[in-house]
Amino acid sequence: MIEILLVLALPVAGAALLALVGHRAYAPLVNVVTSMLTFVASAVLTARVIEQGPLLVMSKQFLVDPFNVFLVALTAFVGMTTAIFSRPYMRIEEQHGRLTPARLRLYHSMFQLFMFTMLLALTTNNVGILWVAMEAATLTTVLLVSLYRTPASLEAAWKYFILCGVGIAQALFGTILLYFAAEKLLGAGGGALLWTELNDVRASLEPTVVSLAFVFLLVGYGTKVGLVPLHNWLPDAHAEGPTPVSAVLSGLLLNVALYAVVRCKVLVDGALPDAFAKNLMVGFGLLSVVVAALLLSRQKDIKRLFAYSSIEHMGIITFAFGIGGPIANFAGLLHMTVHSLTKSAIFFAVGHAAQKTGTQVMDEIRGLVTISPMIGWGLALGALAILGMPPFGVFASEFLILTTAMREQPWATPFLLAALGLAFAAVFSKVQPMVFGETNAMRLPVRPAMIPVFAHLAIVLMLGVWIPPFLADWYRSAARLIG
Amino acid sequence: MSAIPLGHQLINLFAAVLLLLAFAMLSQRRVVSLVDLFAAQGLVLAMSTAVVAYTTNQPHLYESAALTLVLKVFVLPWLLYRLIRRLDVRWEFEGLINIPTTMLIGIVLVVLSFNLALPISELASTVTRSTLGIAIACVMLAFLMMITRRKALSQVIGFLAMENGLLFAATSATYGMPMVVELGIALDVLVGMLILGVFFFQIREQFDSLDLKHFEQLRDDE
Repeated sequence: MIEILLVLALPVAGAALLALVGHRAYAPLVNVVTSMLTFVASAVLTARVIEQGPLLVMSKQFLVDPFNVFLVALTAFVGMTTAIFSRPYMRIEEQHGRLTPARLRLYHSMFQLFMFTMLLALTTNNVGILWVAMEAATLTTVLLVSLYRTPASLEAAWKYFILCGVGIAQALFGTILLYFAAEKLLGAGGGALLWTELNDVRASLEPTVVSLAFVFLLVGYGTKVGLVPLHNWLPDAHAEGPTPVSAVLSGLLLNVALYAVVRCKVLVDGALPDAFAKNLMVGFGLLSVVVAALLLSRQKDIKRLFAYSSIEHMGIITFAFGIGGPIANFAGLLHMTVHSLTKSAIFFAVGHAAQKTGTQVMDEIRGLVTISPMIGWGLALGALAILGMPPFGVFASEFLILTTAMREQPWATPFLLAALGLAFAAVFSKVQPMVFGETNAMRLPVRPAMIPVFAHLAIVLMLGVWIPPFLADWYRSAARLIG
Repeated sequence: MSAIPLGHQLINLFAAVLLLLAFAMLSQRRVVSLVDLFAAQGLVLAMSTAVVAYTTNQPHLYESAALTLVLKVFVLPWLLYRLIRRLDVRWEFEGLINIPTTMLIGIVLVVLSFNLALPISELASTVTRSTLGIAIACVMLAFLMMITRRKALSQVIGFLAMENGLLFAATSATYGMPMVVELGIALDVLVGMLILGVFFFQIREQFDSLDLKHFEQLRDDE
């Protein structure tokens, strides 16, 4: 129990401290140390779950089971590496005159609060609190997206707030309906919103109400996942916000939102005799993959390119959970992990590349590898990994998803394959000239932090060839849970 | 014919007033009056929650009513008035669709909402189940207002009105959500409003207005 409390309390304490002391020279370091401590706490929590099995503590308000434990660790890990990356990155931004100390103070404290909201969303057992935390995650990032105060970033933040706000309101209605269905069986009061309690009685939940609830929940949380046609906010928010924010939005927030959808799906699957929830997810997932792949080739801004790639990958994961069954779910969970690591690594490299060349327009970024081999190779390898080249982990998960799709939903396979091919052509043809060829990059005033990029890519590479046994066990038992 | 108890009549009356207020908001073009209407909606919502609490003997609903009263009638309108004064916004210009057409679309939405509510309210055992349709209609109308308005502030009031409608839906379908969740929602709304306050000043500083027509630059093909 103490571990969960620590995981949640550390980011809050960090946020309060960073807001109080303001922007000092040591503030980025405080940010890094807080994130590291959070990661250590989550590692201890993980070790405990490995040892003693699922945790259900504090009058059942918090739940850590195989499904969310690896997401907690992943969130804390990417939070830590992002904090490490953002230290030199934000210093360069400050020296370029794009940020003031007041805004950096806002950035650091909001970053920690954002970590808190995501960890709360992951660990809570209460479907209502899950909603509250998801909404809070939007609120903490709105001001981060508009951190540069440029017209475009303000527009992006406004779009983000309104679209996700409306979306999340739908999810609230879905939650109310879920409570409505549960309250008949479990009685009024807090118990009727606890996921574990709901899961116990899921077979007797009223099917009409639950299916209606799922539509609202899927649309609501799906907006935050970035599912087409609710994805409009995503490329703007990713492109206009500072790069560390793009990295955590893409690598973490989308995962957490999808986690919320899947938790709800488990309940709905139990209540309905047919595959209603699964079909909806297959449909939305496939649509997202195809539309995002088509839009990839039209992108000119490098961060928008990878934002669309995130939509594509979220679509693949949603599709996998939609198919269901042990293999597809396993692949979906693995894909969540590797996508999160790879995409944040790419954003780290992209951030420094954009700083070196002073632009996010891909046509103007050339020959990164000549002036800075680390950034160039980081971007190239990251792009290859995200495109599903073996032996990276993305290949393994995509391969599993495709082979299951061939068996379960054969009609969808050609669309998936075509979309993956298109995405490969689009991204590879854009990344290749950016990495190689004549250069136009300049020297940076501060050494960029490239360790996070290669650490992430190394883990993705490892997951492609060897998955640690405990992780495979979790994936398997979580896959059983998801059904 | 058995007489309907006074409590139920009151709840139905309040529900009708809420719907009326939602339509009034849809047709109102002065931003200050929009806030007045929003505060009135909050007041009606709080009163109806209190009546439900009294007739059904659900003490936790009193807390919910008090929370609504403080937040929706005092704190949020006060924040909004302050924002309006300091930002000096008075009029909403003609929206994207003119007001009579918006009202007609609104009526269609109300009919749709009642249809949507039908299967749920048949299953509900609460005395307030007949008002669920109205609650969904309020949500839809607020949504319509958000779509048709161009001023950032009107969109936000629409957003808050939508949240009112959802709370009303929760009260009529299930006698309210558990307290911890309601508190969390209230906190989110309050923090959201404060953040938006900051955000409005950023928008104004950048564009010299809160008109969202300036917001048409982010396109894929640029």
